[in-house]
Amino acid sequence: MYGVVHFTTGSLNMPIDKSDPNPNQSKASKFRWGELEEDDNLDFLLPPKEVIGTDENGIKKVIEYKFNDEGNKVKITTTTRVRKLAKARLNRRAVERRNWEKFGDAVHEDVGSRLTMVSTEEIILERPRAPGMKAEEIKVPGDSLAQLSKGGAVLMVCRTCGKKGDHWTSKCPYKDLAAPVETFVDKPVASEASVAASGSGKGAYVPPSMRAGAERTAGSDMRRRNDENSVRVTNLSEDTREPDLLELFRPFGAVTRVYVAMDQKTGTSRGFGFVNFVNREDAQRAINKLNGYGYDNLILRVEWATPRAN
Amino acid sequence: MRPILMKGHERPLTFLKYNRDGDLLFSCAKDHTPTVWFADNGERLGTYRGHNGAVWTCDVSRDSMRLITGSADQTVKLWNVQKGTQLYTFNFGSPARSVEFAIGDKLAVITTDPFMELTSAIHVKRIAGDSTEQTEESVLVIKGPQGRINRAVWGPLNRTIISAGEDAVIRIWDFETGKLLKESDKESGHKKTITSLTKAADGSHFLSGSLDKSAKLWDTRTLTLIKTYSTERPVNAVAMSPLLDHVVLGGGQDASAVTTTDHRAGKFEAKFYDKILQEEIGGVKGHFGPINALAFNPDGKSCSSGGEDGYVRLHHFDPDYFNIKI
Repeated sequence: MYGVVHFTTGSLNMPIDKSDPNPNQSKASKFRWGELEEDDNLDFLLPPKEVIGTDENGIKKVIEYKFNDEGNKVKITTTTRVRKLAKARLNRRAVERRNWEKFGDAVHEDVGSRLTMVSTEEIILERPRAPGMKAEEIKVPGDSLAQLSKGGAVLMVCRTCGKKGDHWTSKCPYKDLAAPVETFVDKPVASEASVAASGSGKGAYVPPSMRAGAERTAGSDMRRRNDENSVRVTNLSEDTREPDLLELFRPFGAVTRVYVAMDQKTGTSRGFGFVNFVNREDAQRAINKLNGYGYDNLILRVEWATPRAN
Repeated sequence: MRPILMKGHERPLTFLKYNRDGDLLFSCAKDHTPTVWFADNGERLGTYRGHNGAVWTCDVSRDSMRLITGSADQTVKLWNVQKGTQLYTFNFGSPARSVEFAIGDKLAVITTDPFMELTSAIHVKRIAGDSTEQTEESVLVIKGPQGRINRAVWGPLNRTIISAGEDAVIRIWDFETGKLLKESDKESGHKKTITSLTKAADGSHFLSGSLDKSAKLWDTRTLTLIKTYSTERPVNAVAMSPLLDHVVLGGGQDASAVTTTDHRAGKFEAKFYDKILQEEIGGVKGHFGPINALAFNPDGKSCSSGGEDGYVRLHHFDPDYFNIKI
């Protein structure tokens, strides 16, 4: 049993039943695999090489037939694109040299030789970037990649503090920051904690680098700083939800996180929430402007989340 | 641009040289066969068989009829470029590291390595017009520098010979007398082995590249330091564009450092610098190993680089290369 690639002409073992008499076929009939010697040159059994010349796209096809290592007949189609390179102005002698005969190892060169190839990649002269820009560019894809690699973890929200990312609820290191929440309402926290515990129990394996309290670099530092820019909003109406807070506080600057404490039983707001700004100044302005602001029939109270003196 | 990759050598490349007309490219490698290629499409024309050791260097005569190659098998051979036949063999006591034809092709300067008791030396041989009359005799032999002499080239009008090597000092010798005329200054010169030299098209200045991660531009007559170009990698090869004021440096990491750094394939690059401003213009990546040889086509529109990976990459520049502004 032999496999043939691009089987074209008749197989070796079939009896001669061809319509066109071919002198080579008589040899084929007497052919026995057992008599095959390593050095036998069976090229006479192969059809001749075809060259389909360069067409208008510059494509040239050369079809050769060979025996591969297992003795199977294979058809090799080499498709080359003949590209016109930049015109080199050659002087007379150079033109003569173009017609020199090949010598040395190049004597047996054929079209299929892979010595000279045009690169498949386009290579450009890369201009060096100013160091500042380069670092940024590299960081951005790195960050998004890092986010992506965390995959599901990024989408996980710690229920205790509502923070995205790298820790699980039961061991939330930000419990201290969420303390006001706990002091206000005990029961929901307890129920949340129990729910959360079971949730994290089912959860995926968290590598040590991503567990609670693990040393993190800039990412978590940035988050902690955000928590320093945390603003507590109280006297919210029942219908207030996170998107409302976001809409209300966004004009003052970039907001990283909003949280509204919810009563699980009734599904309404418990009347308070937290907004984390990226910049401290934005948080200060929000406090100044929105404290005492009338929102949905109630007067808002807006202050720093934990008393922070500058 | 789409570089043309030529993989005719099994071993690392050591030297590349274009002929005067810019239509042939000669490549030497540690496999024992120098090869000649057509410089426009990279098609191989032939190979010169006969050496028994790594071929370190070569040079071609101005009429592209004769090729001279220096090899680690302690011989320097003269070849007929067209036929690939050997014309003559010079024998030495140690490997030949650098060869160059003089202007007029009547003389050639050859450097040999220190080997056993022999110190490194610079030989000048007369090249006969008719190779049957070729003799072995040296016109001049200069001994003196410590360590290997990596490169020796002729100065303007064949009056001087410039040599550079492992002792990091560039020396200018008078050809008539063999006396040392000038040495490069220790403080401003290179700190480590000088690996390569290349002359400007008019011969008024030349560039030296060294393992101390820099290349320096010198005046040929006075040996004053004109410019310095620094890189992050040891420089193995240098080239100067005959058309624009560009300098190209090629190099690689020290072998010891290779496994400790990230190894993205194809990231060894040839760096282009502005000759006058000393600033980096850009880099052309693609080699899989340190670059050992660089050469510019005399018409300045293409260049080629040879690497440790055995590949010769031939780059024909895009039109915007000629419009680069800092």
